[in-house]
Amino acid sequence: MAEKNTLNAYSLDQYQVGKTNKVVKTLIYIGLVIWAMIDLFPIYWMFTFSLKSNEEVYGMNVMGLPRDWLWSNYQRAMTTGNMPRYFLNSIIVTVAAILISLIAALMATYAITRIIWKGSQLTYSFFMLGITIPIHASIVPIFITLSKAHMLNSYWSLIVPYSAFSLSMAILICTGFMNDIPKDLDEAAKIDGCGLWQTFGMIIVPLMKPALATISIYTFLQCWNELMFANVFISKNALKTLPVGIQALSGQHTTDWGPIGAALVIATFPTLLTYIFMSKNIQESFIAGAVKG
Amino acid sequence: MRDKIYKNVTIFFFLLPALLLFVGVLIYPIFMSAYYSFFDLRSVSTTNMPFYGIKNYIELFTSGSISFWKALGNSLLLAILSVFLQLPLSLGLALMLGKGIKGERAFLSIYFMPVLISTVVIGQLWRKIYNPDYGILNAVLSLMGIEGAMPLGGWLGNVKSALWCVFIPTLWQYVGYHMLLMYAGVRSVSPELREAAKLDGATDAQVDWYVVIPCIKNILRVSVIFAVTGSLKSFDLIYVLTEGGPLHATEVPSTLMINMLFLRNRYGMGSTIAVLMILLCFAFALLISAAFKEREYYGRKKHT
Repeated sequence: MAEKNTLNAYSLDQYQVGKTNKVVKTLIYIGLVIWAMIDLFPIYWMFTFSLKSNEEVYGMNVMGLPRDWLWSNYQRAMTTGNMPRYFLNSIIVTVAAILISLIAALMATYAITRIIWKGSQLTYSFFMLGITIPIHASIVPIFITLSKAHMLNSYWSLIVPYSAFSLSMAILICTGFMNDIPKDLDEAAKIDGCGLWQTFGMIIVPLMKPALATISIYTFLQCWNELMFANVFISKNALKTLPVGIQALSGQHTTDWGPIGAALVIATFPTLLTYIFMSKNIQESFIAGAVKG
Repeated sequence: MRDKIYKNVTIFFFLLPALLLFVGVLIYPIFMSAYYSFFDLRSVSTTNMPFYGIKNYIELFTSGSISFWKALGNSLLLAILSVFLQLPLSLGLALMLGKGIKGERAFLSIYFMPVLISTVVIGQLWRKIYNPDYGILNAVLSLMGIEGAMPLGGWLGNVKSALWCVFIPTLWQYVGYHMLLMYAGVRSVSPELREAAKLDGATDAQVDWYVVIPCIKNILRVSVIFAVTGSLKSFDLIYVLTEGGPLHATEVPSTLMINMLFLRNRYGMGSTIAVLMILLCFAFALLISAAFKEREYYGRKKHT
């Protein structure tokens, strides 16, 4: 009898303290909602002023939704400011960098994880150095080399550094995924007469699709938003990427808020779209990058 | 024997693209940066550059017009603000989210969103927020009945307020990043451990303080390292908001470095700043790791 009582007491106890107190829970909600609003408000404001006329921005209607939805701001941003060109340049540079770093990372990871040899672990650690090295470290020598070779103001001057800087992260993510592929597959392929190249191309790469998505997103975010290299290596207007282009654009239209807002929204749009569809992948890749690096 | 040679050649070819990129664009330039920092390099022609010894370093630390100390001080101040304001805020949010609240994922996704937006966009957006004439900050303040809070010269134009005004967007953008890391840690703490503490009569706050926080120490260490080295390296947002001004009030080493390269054509000096930044980043990373190790807790997961 006594025993039963204590059991009851325990379960009752657990019920009381196991659940979070109602007042505490409400406070937590309030805190979370406040920060969510702080996060969202500037973004909301950016969307609204991208659709407003200067009269509304300058006092008539500072915070509210636009009274007249001026989509013409977007038209002006796209036609007067060279935005389509910047957008295209960003896409070219980003896609090329993603492809190069993917191929290089897949091949290197294959050699590191699937072929048994002395020094594979060391090679891996060597590549992982790249996660801690700041990109500032190499900007001067690369600049000097590029300008001597007259390679400044070219897509390659950004594509090559971007792929190199995404490489470590790509290898890190690849290694995680490739280690999950059973080694028996390689054995079976070998027995069937596949060489290392064939095993790589026909067995491993097709199985790496989820890794490719994660790596591509991560590299995309790095390259799409990069400012320092793009700012230093590209001075020709026709080759500017979005971050540099937007800088130039807002220098030209300091008093015209609508089109600048529109340009900011246009530059952010691909990122947010990717995020809406792949938020979980994106978050996981960021966690992996920090915790394992 | 032939098999072995074949295997080694194959390994070499598999590694070749990655090695070329990695060594060519990262490793080799770092050594070149260190090399250039000992020369008085004032144009991109490296054929006849005078050897300078450590004169670049001496000039950097003693010249008043370069104001490297000011830049270093600013970035350290940003680092301190990040560690003591941004990280506690992130930790608070992560602990609150980690309690298994309804709408957890929605909150998480909102908080992480600013991390993904280009820093240039965020910088331009905050320039508009701080705008002295039509900015939303002044509008919000006057709505709250606070008039005339804006310092002379505007939020970003005043020597005293500029650094804070640069810090706030940084905090705003990256709270979500640290929150995500910490949240991942909080979720990995086993529910049994929390439950056990609660059975012993611990309150929610006590569970967080005595159970959860010690368990995620590794992640906290990573966050502190990222916050500090991130502040030392910070460039984008400051460049967009103030370019280091007014009067070096928001100057940091990387804006100084870009200045050296493009306004003064001093590539040797630029390299010197780059080298010091790398050294500082590594030194702080080691220092922080050591500080965390000193108070090592039992049952740590091995961390590489």
